[in-house]
Amino acid sequence: MKLSGEKPSALLTRRLMIQIALGVVAVIYLAPLFWMLDTSLKTERQAMTQLPSNPARALATLMIPHPLHAANYQKVISSPFFRMQLYARNTLIIALLVAIGSMLSASLVAYALTKLRWYGRNVLFWIVMGSMMLPFSVMMVPLYRIYREFGWIGTNLPLWLPTFLAPPFYVFLLRQFYLTIPNELTEAAVIDGAGPFRIWWYIMVPLTRPALLVVGLFSFVASWNNFIGPLVYLTHQRTYTLALALQFFQTRHGGVAHTLLMAATVLVVLPIIIIFFLAQKTFIRGIATTGIKG
Amino acid sequence: MSAYGRVTWRDQLIGMFFAMPFIIGVAVLLVVPLALSFYYSFCHYTMLTPPIWVGLKNYVRLLSDHAFMRSLLNTCFFSVISVPLALGWSLLLALLLNVPNRLRNVYRTIVFLPSLLPLVATAVIWRWMLSPVHGPINFLLQFPCHWVGTMLAAVAPLFHAAPSTIHSLRHLKPPLWLEDGKWAMTTIILLSLWGVGQTVIIFLAGLDEIPEELYESAALDGATGLRRLWHVTLPMLSPVIFFNLVIGIIGSWQIFDLPYVMTQGGPGRATLFYSMYLFEAGFQQLRMGAACAMAWVQLIIILILTAIAFRSAKKWVHYR
Repeated sequence: MKLSGEKPSALLTRRLMIQIALGVVAVIYLAPLFWMLDTSLKTERQAMTQLPSNPARALATLMIPHPLHAANYQKVISSPFFRMQLYARNTLIIALLVAIGSMLSASLVAYALTKLRWYGRNVLFWIVMGSMMLPFSVMMVPLYRIYREFGWIGTNLPLWLPTFLAPPFYVFLLRQFYLTIPNELTEAAVIDGAGPFRIWWYIMVPLTRPALLVVGLFSFVASWNNFIGPLVYLTHQRTYTLALALQFFQTRHGGVAHTLLMAATVLVVLPIIIIFFLAQKTFIRGIATTGIKG
Repeated sequence: MSAYGRVTWRDQLIGMFFAMPFIIGVAVLLVVPLALSFYYSFCHYTMLTPPIWVGLKNYVRLLSDHAFMRSLLNTCFFSVISVPLALGWSLLLALLLNVPNRLRNVYRTIVFLPSLLPLVATAVIWRWMLSPVHGPINFLLQFPCHWVGTMLAAVAPLFHAAPSTIHSLRHLKPPLWLEDGKWAMTTIILLSLWGVGQTVIIFLAGLDEIPEELYESAALDGATGLRRLWHVTLPMLSPVIFFNLVIGIIGSWQIFDLPYVMTQGGPGRATLFYSMYLFEAGFQQLRMGAACAMAWVQLIIILILTAIAFRSAKKWVHYR
C-alpha cells in the first residue's frame, strides 16, 4: 500500500500505531493458549492459591509455574476418568475415515458435475448449493431415527460413513477447482481410448491434488473438532471422541482439577496445532478459495 | 463420451455413476430426513413409541413455551449484535494484517490459529481464563477497576450521589462474566470474536484481489486514508463482505458448542440458545416432535434472513 502525501513524522506515528495495535491483537489471541499451557504445568495448589496482595508477586504466581509440574500430563494419560489413549484412537480413526470418504466421494461427484455431460447435472449442482445451507438441527432427529433403525447408535458409523456420500461443501470446493482444468486434456485422453474411470484416476486426481489436500485437511479437522455429532450418537464412554470426552471431563472434574483439565486440553488441541503448522499454506489457500470464488 | 453433440445413453449412465455417491446421499441424508422431520413436526413423538398425529399442536405450543421464547430472543439478540460486530472486527484485523510488515505472516498465523481449535477446547480454556477468583483476566482488571472506582467515588458527591452508590463505586469490581446473568451473553458474544480467523483470511484474500491501479488513481485524485477505504477498498470488497455476512447469519443461528460447554444455558436461561433448547427438548426431554417443529421454524428464519441479505445485496454489493 502506498502512503503518498504524508509527512515523514506522520508516517512514523502511523507505523508505530499499527505496531502497537498488532501487538495488542497478538496478546489477545495468544494469551488463552499461553494460560492453558501455563496452568497445565502448575501444581493444583499453585493454580488455586489465594493470590498475594503485592501485584508483582501475584503476577509471578499467576504466570510462572513453580515448580514446573509435568506430572499433570502423566496423570491425565493414565487417569481412569480420562482415557486419553483410547479417546485419541477413537477420534483419529473417525477423522481418517472422514478424510478418505470426503476426498474420494467429493472428487467423483465434482468430476461428474464438471467434466461429464449428462442430464440433471445442473439440477444436482443446485441441490449441492442448497443443502450446504441446511442446519444440522433439521436433520438431527430423523437421522437419529434412521441410524437407530440400522443399529448404528452407540457406534462410530454415523460419524464417518455418511461422508462417503459426498458432503456438499467439499463437492462445491472441488468443483471450483475442476472448473479451472481445461477440457482439452480429457479430450486428448478420450482420443487415446481412455475410459472415464481411467481419466478420473490417472488425469483428474493427480491434477486436483492441491484441492484434494484441502478437502482432506478440512474434513479431518472438522471431524476432530466435531462435538454435537458425538454428543448425539455416542452413548458409551469407551467410544467417546476427544472433544466429547473433554466436555465430560470438565463437567465431572472441572471445578476441582483445573491443572488436569488444562493438560487434557493441551493434548486435545496439540495434534491440530501440529497439522496446522505442517500445512498452513494449504489451509489458508483453501479458505481463501471458498470465500473469493464462491 | 462425445464432447459435443447429443448426450447418449452411455454418457448419461456414466455421469450418473460418478455422481452416485451424492445421488444416494441426497436420497438417504436429505430427502428422507427432511420428509420425516416435516412429518414428525406434526406428531407427538418420543422415538420410543410410534408417532401420533397432533396437527399444528407442536407449533402452537411453542408460542406459550417460555424457555423456547427465551432461546429465540437470546439467539436473535446474539445474531443482531455478534454478526455485525464479528464482521467489523475481522475487517479491521484484515486491514491491519494487510499493512506491509516484516512479521505480517507471524501475526496472521496468530490470529488464524484459534479458529481451527475445537470449540469445546476454546470454551474450556476461556472458562478458566474468566474464572472470577483464580483467572488472569479479573486479576488484571481489578487494578483499573479500583482506580476508576476511586476517582468516580471522589467526584460523586459533587453530583449528589447516594452514599450507597459511592460505597459501591469505591469497591468497584470486574464483572463475574459467565456467572452473572447480566454479563453471560456479552461474554459469549465477545468470545465468539476469538474465533474469527477464517473470516479474516477470506477478507485478506479479497484485499489481495483489489488491483493496485485503483489505489494509484485514487491517490492521483488526492484521496487518502479513510476516503480511500470508503471509496475504493469497501466497494471492491463488498462481494466478500456479503459472503461473510451470509455465512455469519447462518452460523449465528446455529451456535451450540460454545454456550453448551461454557454455561449449559445459564445462569438461569441467560445464554440458552435456539439449538441448545432444540437439543434439550429432543434428546433430553424426548419431545422429538417439538424438536422437529423448532428445527423447521429455525430453517424458515434462516431462509428469510438469507433472502433479505440477498435482496439488500443489489443496493450495496458491487460485482466486477
